[in-house]
Amino acid sequence: MARRESGTRETNGEHIRLSGVGLSYFTPREETEALRDVELSIGKGEFISIVGPSGCGKSTLLSLVSGMLKPTKGKVSIDGAEVTGPSAKVGYMLQHDHLFEWRDVLGNVTVGAEIRRMEKAAAKRRGAELLERYGLGDFIRHAPVQLSGGMRQRVALIRTLVAEPDILLLDEPFSALDYQTRLTLSEEVFHIIKDQGKTAVLVTHDLSEAISMADRVMVMSKRPSTISAVHNIVFDEGEGLSPWSKRQAAKYHDYFNAIWKELDDHAVSAL
Amino acid sequence: MPSPLYERYLRIQKRRQRLIWLTRLVLLAAFLVLWELAADWKWVDSMLTSKPSQLWGSFRELAMEGSLFRHVWISAQETLIGIAVSMAVGTLVAMLFWWSTFASKVLEPYMVVLNALPKVALGPIFFIWLGDRYSVYGMAVAISVIVTIIMIENGFKDISRTKLKLMESFGASKLQMLRMVLLPASVPHFIATLKVNVGLTLVGVIMGEFLSSKAGLGYLIIYGGQVFQMNLVMVSIAMLALLSIALYGVVNVLERYARKKYHHES
Ligand SMILES: Nc1ncnc2c1ncn2[C@@H]1O[C@H](COP(=O)(O)OP(=O)(O)OP(=O)(O)O)[C@@H](O)[C@H]1O
Ligand SMILES: [Mg+2]
Repeated sequence: MARRESGTRETNGEHIRLSGVGLSYFTPREETEALRDVELSIGKGEFISIVGPSGCGKSTLLSLVSGMLKPTKGKVSIDGAEVTGPSAKVGYMLQHDHLFEWRDVLGNVTVGAEIRRMEKAAAKRRGAELLERYGLGDFIRHAPVQLSGGMRQRVALIRTLVAEPDILLLDEPFSALDYQTRLTLSEEVFHIIKDQGKTAVLVTHDLSEAISMADRVMVMSKRPSTISAVHNIVFDEGEGLSPWSKRQAAKYHDYFNAIWKELDDHAVSAL
Repeated sequence: MPSPLYERYLRIQKRRQRLIWLTRLVLLAAFLVLWELAADWKWVDSMLTSKPSQLWGSFRELAMEGSLFRHVWISAQETLIGIAVSMAVGTLVAMLFWWSTFASKVLEPYMVVLNALPKVALGPIFFIWLGDRYSVYGMAVAISVIVTIIMIENGFKDISRTKLKLMESFGASKLQMLRMVLLPASVPHFIATLKVNVGLTLVGVIMGEFLSSKAGLGYLIIYGGQVFQMNLVMVSIAMLALLSIALYGVVNVLERYARKKYHHES
């Protein structure tokens, strides 16, 4: 997997672009301005993490990229084309797995492909292959209730992958898991994504997860929020480190402290 | 290999289950015996209450004649068709309401009024519009369809919004959401609705037969009352009880099958 230097990213094929994006939610009671003036450019194959205070609009940002929401201001584009609705290029992995109890594991991982009317047999083959590769080969015919939390989450990821998106949006995909499963699974997911050469945007509350998985970490301010800082995560130990070894790397704590401090400032000014 | 303690637990459970069934049967037998004796010893007037041995006699007579089972069959048929129609109509309307929030909002007050309106009051209208045979169906469906709509619609609302959000993230159309999520996820709701529906439709059928019909158990009961034949009335009621037991049995079998098929463990 070729990795780019932090300085040359923009030139290396822009994949997602948000320019001057603002989003307000309207309810009969009030108007909530969630995002204001978001500028963001993500390159092909890049892994981005987004952190920020709760309710600042991280999920909103992902929904915008996925095309489920339309910006009230500005423009979201993928590969230079404006996003107008859910597109086959984007796979969105929600916080909870939402497996369908009435389908077995294989039936679940092919849901997205079925909706997109991709060829059934091929989708099944791809699903079975991915399940096999990521340690769920024996559970193809099991019902979701027979799986553990970590396994369900892996099934949800495979469901996203079977639909063959170029871009993966991950909204706190590990937050329902215990710490240990979370560490192993984030390690696995990182390798799966890099292995498949996908562009990924990860929203998380866990700073160490954000730093250890991403090429860049974006910090969002409180509402109406915008991207207040961007950290290029580069380690002296070299490129292609696994999340596990990044957590041991020398500069890891510097990044952690810097981002922590920024978030802290947002939290204080929100009071 | 189950441990001895577990085996003991299973044995106790089984014994308890048997005891429950036995007690049920004993209770029924005691009731029948008491009824018979009370009539024999003139504690009650058997002209008014009839008695089990007489009922058995008239049951055999009516059964011989063949007309009893014809009436039972007619009521059963009306009930089954009534259930099928109101489940189908109810599901369709609930789907429409889910599809168009506008329609559901517009029709909400009408649903409330229709639900509260005593459907029996519509009897004469059904009779005039549909005639003596089909007004029974009208009554059966009128009594059960509104509740069916409301229950299935609530079932749809219960389905977690995030499951639909997942569908949306893949760009699913409303039709796909219906087919892939709403309908399969509503299986437990369908079963619950069906159970309520069996009872209500039966009420509707008997009510309809009371009002206008020339056949069916409701007609027999009314007729028996008019000619002061308590035996006929009671036998018809007993057949009605058996009919509802049979219908509940069918729904239970359906439920077990559906739950297994859709992995909805209770
Ligand atoms: N459907 C909606 N209607 C109205 N307001 C909404 C809606 N969804 C989100 N909001 C508001 O928009 C803001 C941003 O919400 P969002 O879910 O994007 O936050 P978040 O950063 O993902 O939070 P968290 O970290 O807690 O998941 C919040 O203030 C929220 O109240
Ligand atoms: Mg969120």
